[in-house]
Amino acid sequence: MAIKLKIDRQDVEVPEGTTVLDAAAEAGVHIPTLCHVPKVTSPGSCRVCLVEIEGARTLQPACVTPVTEGMIVRTHSKRARQGRQMSVELLLANHPWDCNACVRNGQCELQTLAQTMGITDVRFPYTREEVPVDTSTAAVVRDMNKCILCRRCVAVCQDVQGVGSLAPRARGFDTVIGAGAGENLCDAVCVQCGQCAAICPVGAIYEQDAIEDVWRALDDPEKHVVVQTAPAIRAALGECFGLEPGTCVTGKMVAALRRLGFAKVFDTNFTADLTIIEEGHELLTRLKTALVDKGEVSLPMFTSCSPGWINFMEYFYPGLLPNLSSCKSPQQMFGALAKTYYAEKEGIDPKNIVVVSVMPCTAKKFEADREEMVDSGFKDVDYVLTTRELGRMIQEAGIDFMKLPDEEQDSPMGMSTGAADIFANTGGVMEAALRTVYEVVTGRELPMEKLHVAPIQGLDGLKEVALTFEKCQPDWSFLEGVTAKVAVAHGLSNARKVCDMVADGEGGYHFVEVMCCPGGCIGGGGQPRMTTDEVRQSRIKAIYTEDEGRTMRKSHENPAVTQIYAEFLGEPLGHKSHELLHTHYHAKEPV
Amino acid sequence: MANTCKCEGNCSSVVYQELDAFMADCPKGRDKLIPVLQKAQELFGYLPVEVQEYVAKALELPVSEVYGVVTFYHYFTMEPRGRHTINVCLGTACYVRGAKKIVDALSENLNIKMGGTTEDRRFSLTTQRCFGACGLAPVIMINDDVHGRVTPKKIAGILAQYE
Ligand code: SF4
Ligand code: SF4
Ligand code: SF4
Ligand code: FES
Ligand code: FES
Repeated sequence: MAIKLKIDRQDVEVPEGTTVLDAAAEAGVHIPTLCHVPKVTSPGSCRVCLVEIEGARTLQPACVTPVTEGMIVRTHSKRARQGRQMSVELLLANHPWDCNACVRNGQCELQTLAQTMGITDVRFPYTREEVPVDTSTAAVVRDMNKCILCRRCVAVCQDVQGVGSLAPRARGFDTVIGAGAGENLCDAVCVQCGQCAAICPVGAIYEQDAIEDVWRALDDPEKHVVVQTAPAIRAALGECFGLEPGTCVTGKMVAALRRLGFAKVFDTNFTADLTIIEEGHELLTRLKTALVDKGEVSLPMFTSCSPGWINFMEYFYPGLLPNLSSCKSPQQMFGALAKTYYAEKEGIDPKNIVVVSVMPCTAKKFEADREEMVDSGFKDVDYVLTTRELGRMIQEAGIDFMKLPDEEQDSPMGMSTGAADIFANTGGVMEAALRTVYEVVTGRELPMEKLHVAPIQGLDGLKEVALTFEKCQPDWSFLEGVTAKVAVAHGLSNARKVCDMVADGEGGYHFVEVMCCPGGCIGGGGQPRMTTDEVRQSRIKAIYTEDEGRTMRKSHENPAVTQIYAEFLGEPLGHKSHELLHTHYHAKEPV
Repeated sequence: MANTCKCEGNCSSVVYQELDAFMADCPKGRDKLIPVLQKAQELFGYLPVEVQEYVAKALELPVSEVYGVVTFYHYFTMEPRGRHTINVCLGTACYVRGAKKIVDALSENLNIKMGGTTEDRRFSLTTQRCFGACGLAPVIMINDDVHGRVTPKKIAGILAQYE
């Protein structure tokens, strides 16, 4: 049913159940918000969105007040403006004035609120007792001195990720957001995904900064510093320079990295293609063991490129660890090969090679620090920057991003296909795998329009598709007539659903892709803020456009991949692969 | 779960079994969290983190949330309680008649802060709002006994009644 109301003297008609906030947006009126994040949380607690509703005794929060027939709303009456101002002033009164030395300076929602509301003075004294900043984990820093208790982090950690590291403690003035039942995040079950850092409106949660380390390496003439960028960076980095979400900036990104001083600008896409070859063969081997040898093997196989997801499995589903592909993530494969294959090829002493990654993800920082990630004989990946950190470095270096020419990655480890691009988004790794696996098994191209597997695209939390192998190549005749069922999940609360199904022997899946963050890496915890569903869609669109614009769109067509097998690795799942490209997992005791 | 808590023998497997039995009828999730914590506190005397973790696991809740609830309600305590609990009324009537002075006198006498427990575990000190005995203000309760018209001078004598 349609509801008619008046907002700031304008007639508005919206469906029943619409909030005043959304109705106002329809009418072109922007009401400020803070605790409300569409599709994530709407506790109605911050009162930053107060409006005047005729007949109501008090001001009402627009984000949780549904429209009613004939309602008369005033969003910028004196009362409404003063009410909102007061809400923000109270937040500011309890907030340190550190803007100049704050990571969020210039991109802070609290600053923006204060500014748009014309607050120039705070009438209340600042009395907060200082607490230590929590730097206990490799991925995120929590500075609860700056927390304004909006609880967005709590909602994302608990409901979207289903992890629940964070929760409010105590009450009244003493309320703080705590981690687990201890002092620091390292004492809590935290998968390091950084979704809390991505959603925090202020400088209270942010990534562990590696910028200084990277500058130091670049300044050191002894070091040969190479960089890899994850597939998702190119679709989001532009946002750091004011470009619209969904602007692909691959060429400018490469140019910027060169100007920053990296000796070689490579691409994680290269090892994404390699992952498909290794993981595809691993899947086929597992299927053969199950179908032909009737041996013990764990199916479905889960993808393993997302380190937050790996942490999640190690904490919550240790019983399913054998189902995880043993493939390292593309980031770690890259590091291991840069300090072996590339070092050998170029005659550089690997101890002088520094591998820097640019990742959409904070959990990648944790992953690079894992003690088993030293198969090259060195720390495989030295430093990990998030997209946001790279944006800051480019700014610091005074590079005018928009004026940069488009440049290309260096070879050989910068060469990739469209299948690697789509590793950036939910459904992409699966699609890339199917493009290769189907062709290997049948000798024919994946029979889908534009090579896209439509049922597993998009932002539904849990997607599945079935594919039957027919007219198989002789080597794979055991798959003749077999219908492979695959599933795709993103966001750990959806991953939990799949895990529960698999643990109960349900689903009948052969292969499952899981990405830790909603939307996949394009929605990672290290991406430019704010990642809404619209932003996710735009970034995904940019990625598919990039993929479709390529001449090579299947991982097995990548000549650099063929070359590395010929020159160095031997064969997929061979001895060298096992040494450098595969890993093992450990159950973690939930603390 | 191992016996890692500090509750001095209370935490025998028998007590855990009783808690298990209580939780057996509870649905997973947060609906019955508060009654479960009440039961646990009744059984253990307090709620150390180990017990909270145990409850969190059983109800399939994040331990952060259990901890949040325990720290939200004054009723719950993470410190072992003394044998006798002193409750000072801070309701309006008692407050205007000098409850604050009673709190100070008790703190000083027992050498503990509000919410604390004496080292010998003899007393714990907490506050509440209005016992409904305003006529006797200021009022304190020790266990189930009401003491009215308390003055700082009377404190020592009252405390001496409890071993
Ligand atoms: S969080 Fe925002 S308001 Fe607070 S110090 Fe940082 S920039 Fe300033
Ligand atoms: S990093 Fe992820 S798991 Fe850890 S507290 Fe933040 S949202 Fe929760
Ligand atoms: S840490 Fe950030 S997101 Fe979490 S409650 Fe505080 S201000 Fe909000
Ligand atoms: S945004 Fe509406 S109450 Fe917080
Ligand atoms: S105010 Fe103390 S008993 Fe009522």
